[in-house]
Amino acid sequence: MSQTAEIQPGGVGTQAFGPRDAARLVARTTAVDAVGLEERAASLGKRSIKRESKLWALDLAIRCTDLTTLEGADTAGKVVAMCAKAVRPNPIDPSIPSVAAVCLYPELVPVALGQLKGTGVRVASVAGGFPSGLGPLDARLREVREVVEMGAHEVDIVLNRSLFLAGRYAQAFEELRAAREAAEGVHLKVILEVGELGSYDRVRQASVLAMAAGADFIKTSTGKLSTGATLPSALCMMEAARDFSRETGRPVGIKVAGGIRRSKQAVQYLVLLYETLGPEWMTPERFRIGASSLLNDVLMQIDKERTGRYQGPDYFTID
Amino acid sequence: MSEIERREDRTPGRRGPWAYSSAPEGREIVRLQDRYDLFVGGRFIEPKSGRYFETINPATEETLAQVAEAGEEDVDLAVRAAREAWEERWRDLPGKERAKYLYRIARALQERSREFAVLETMNNGKPIKESRDVDVPLAAAHFFYYAGWADKIEYAFPGRTPRPLGVAAQITPWNFPLLMCAWKLAPALATGNTAVLKPASTTPLTAFLLAEVIEQAELPPGVVNVIPGPGGRTGEWLARHPDVAKIAFTGSTEIGKILRRSVAGTGKRLTLELGGKAANIVFEDAPLDQAIEGIVNGIFFNQGEVCCAGSRLFVQESVFEVVLDKLKARLDTLRVGDPLDKNTDVGAINSRDQLEKITELVQSGIEEGAEIYQPDCPLPERGFWFRPTLFTNVSQSHRIAREEIFGPVLSILTFRTPEEAVEKANNTPYGLSAGIWTEKGSRILWMAERMKAGVVWANTFNRFDPSSPFGGYKESGFGREGGRHGLEPYLDLDGSGR
Amino acid sequence: MSAPERVPVKRTAKLFIGGEFPRSESGRAYEVLSHDGRLLAWAARASRKDLRDAVRAARDAQPGWAGRTPYNRGQILYRVAELMEGRRAQFEAELADAGAPDPRRGVDAAIDRWVWYAGWCDKVHQVLGGTNPVAAPYFNFTIPEPTGVVGIVAPPDQALLGLVSRLAPAIVSGNTAVVIASEPSPLPAVSLAEVLATSDVPGGVVNVLTGFTRELVPWLAGHMDVNAVDVTGVPDDLMPEVEALAAENMKRLHRAPDVDPFSPQAQSPYEITALCEMKTVWHPIGA
Repeated sequence: MSQTAEIQPGGVGTQAFGPRDAARLVARTTAVDAVGLEERAASLGKRSIKRESKLWALDLAIRCTDLTTLEGADTAGKVVAMCAKAVRPNPIDPSIPSVAAVCLYPELVPVALGQLKGTGVRVASVAGGFPSGLGPLDARLREVREVVEMGAHEVDIVLNRSLFLAGRYAQAFEELRAAREAAEGVHLKVILEVGELGSYDRVRQASVLAMAAGADFIKTSTGKLSTGATLPSALCMMEAARDFSRETGRPVGIKVAGGIRRSKQAVQYLVLLYETLGPEWMTPERFRIGASSLLNDVLMQIDKERTGRYQGPDYFTID
Repeated sequence: MSEIERREDRTPGRRGPWAYSSAPEGREIVRLQDRYDLFVGGRFIEPKSGRYFETINPATEETLAQVAEAGEEDVDLAVRAAREAWEERWRDLPGKERAKYLYRIARALQERSREFAVLETMNNGKPIKESRDVDVPLAAAHFFYYAGWADKIEYAFPGRTPRPLGVAAQITPWNFPLLMCAWKLAPALATGNTAVLKPASTTPLTAFLLAEVIEQAELPPGVVNVIPGPGGRTGEWLARHPDVAKIAFTGSTEIGKILRRSVAGTGKRLTLELGGKAANIVFEDAPLDQAIEGIVNGIFFNQGEVCCAGSRLFVQESVFEVVLDKLKARLDTLRVGDPLDKNTDVGAINSRDQLEKITELVQSGIEEGAEIYQPDCPLPERGFWFRPTLFTNVSQSHRIAREEIFGPVLSILTFRTPEEAVEKANNTPYGLSAGIWTEKGSRILWMAERMKAGVVWANTFNRFDPSSPFGGYKESGFGREGGRHGLEPYLDLDGSGR
Repeated sequence: MSAPERVPVKRTAKLFIGGEFPRSESGRAYEVLSHDGRLLAWAARASRKDLRDAVRAARDAQPGWAGRTPYNRGQILYRVAELMEGRRAQFEAELADAGAPDPRRGVDAAIDRWVWYAGWCDKVHQVLGGTNPVAAPYFNFTIPEPTGVVGIVAPPDQALLGLVSRLAPAIVSGNTAVVIASEPSPLPAVSLAEVLATSDVPGGVVNVLTGFTRELVPWLAGHMDVNAVDVTGVPDDLMPEVEALAAENMKRLHRAPDVDPFSPQAQSPYEITALCEMKTVWHPIGA
């Protein structure tokens, strides 16, 4: 088994495309048949993951988690507690790994950085006018630069759906490219907000556009809509990433977020990932799950697998 | 299977490839009998022939049970039981009451679905996910659908007074043992006929479980009779029996021809659902990732042991390379092995005979100069197995492009224009099904108009529904099963008695 | 010494709206008497606001119900028959109270009617839709689609079979229904609602109001979010008003054929399409 190459932020291949390619990239994106895609996703979702492979998946799910809080009511106190949970998801069980990162608003990045210093847990910040991405461009880019300067390791920005859905692909591409440059040296995740794109064709096109503009990860959703990640939309993005990687040699990671609350869902996404992008993507370097309440459900499932008893929520800490 | 799959376990570095642990469906739900007797006149009876034959699990080669073989006398008993049931009970039972019996069967199939699925997989070798998600639910759906017709037949044939024919001889194949019983029995019973069913010799067990369901549903004795035996003897006697009014056969074109000759001149009504060599046609604008799934489903579903399998893939030259690359990569992810494992994609070949036939044809492909590709997947030691196989550099004249292989073997050819695709696709004595993959709706309909095939799938493949008629052109047979059209073969519409 | 006589528990007859059993928001009820004058129950007397709520529930449920596969709808309607069979004693008693001459036959026919219509869910398209061989390179087909929300004014007599004969064909195709039950004999409708609530029919697909027909019918006929009304139970003298009100949003009006409800003529696929819209689709054919 070869070592998975880490994704270098804005790595090779990024410069291969410019804004003038944007319309062509969108136009030549392969069509997606919704019925066939949904059938495939449903059939993969029915894979039966048992025992060792389930424990392995649950462990990986934790390691791939971006433990997230994106509320207007977030405070330093809330973030301190969440960071503790991120490092030691189960304080009484040292075999449980830390999560990959915490994900929060820029204001709280310094708090998280202070709490997580030396733990290996990364700090991701949303930026660029999250969640709509419709503020003035210079303000959005300044926000990206500021969180990078603060020391955030990863930045989650949003695709400008207003431009994209209006067919202004070059402009949407340029905005992403500008954000890519502003986020120099850190991992850039581009949120497509699949729930607003209206079709899988659009999801696939947006994936291609974001990857060509230099996204290190493409991410399903902001978590602010009632429709977050779904198995078919994630599969659609994974297929786009697989083909992009084959064509350009540049691996792009996948982040699923929005409405993932149960272990079973997390395992289903891992199955999709495994069967579409293969084992090289089964790592926090290339796969993330943005979630908050998922973590405790995974912990409960791990204990269930180990003890054979279904667990109750009173035995897991809420932070 | 678990040993095969567990190539590498959870490593300390947590970087190892993910291996699915085996997820076998339990066999305990199936109560196998040592011996299965004929189901005649509502009772399970020992065969007058005195003979029993062995039925096995093709994935393990273990013997599952001894099964009664119907001799000539047994056939006669069964047909007479069916005739008597027809005349005395079934023919004149109001449609709405016949309907309720069929609804009961449908419900029982739904209630005992897991038992049926496990037994089907054990006896046939097909993956449990297919028997669970396709065969059994579709079988139940067929009974449900035709139950609804039993009291509405006058609406299907306006201006006519449809009458049942009498005793229907129903001879089913081994590739979808239970489902084919449902395809045959449901319309026959709904239209007021009684049935003598001869299940395939290698896969009789779910037919017996269905007989048990029918008994528990309290159908009048003799309405359905189940008599296994070799096609060449039992099937032949059954077809020739003078009290049989109608024969419905699904199987190979070769046997279909023999059967047709043997009843020539008797005036018996006949429907034949025979072989195929379907074209699956991929245009450059197709949704390629879904097309790949459709191609895979088209040829590896049920190990390719499907009469309508998409065994000839025609790819537009401009996307040949990308389709081939994607297809090979997809093949590498297919999980071949223990059919009872819920994650298995491709199960066991149904019999040694069939495995030999596939092997021989694949050998001929290599000898005729085609290029073979098979994924490097491990196969179990016991049982009958064949790797998913692709052939490129295939020409229309190769045997693998002309003959029905009935196995997981795909021949890939190319085309440049829609006209060429039509010409090549229709260039076969068969005409059961066809697949078309393109984003362009008008082209789908243009192609569909020109396909000499009884079923045309667009941007999908191997879809079945009780409301949708199924059957072939040319040497793929005649008559339709399913839908409103599936009623007609079981009815006398003009008062001629046939 | 004999044990004291057990006091039976009586049922409260309530409305059925959106899968729940509310009392009338008006707090009103009316006496339901048997054919020989015994007090059977106090039934909820629905108000125009209850009717408004019922229409809203029916509208909310309609896309989901129509979006289910016909096979699934067929199985669900068949299950209604299964559950009615299990409660037939109750239905028979209610029909007897209502003065039905042969309650057993009435219940038999009502159950069989569900079974008959259940089978139509995945057949009506095949029999009454079809392709049209237009003289141009187009594929052209016509399919029946549900019209939407259907109001059903149940006939006052035949409290069970009459109601089922109107309701079943209405919901086969994917319509949802607001039923105004027989005013003199509402109890079989209330029991049917309880059957529907425990079958797999989604909440809101069928809503049952009990009350005064003359009070409710104008509100139903005038409601701008009702697509059709089965007027079988509308008194003749009300019909001109109903027709005039229906003109406002071009409601379809339909009335049961004037035949013995037990006869085969009382059930027909045309009862289904009477509450359907026919949709025709054109698509070019060309390489």
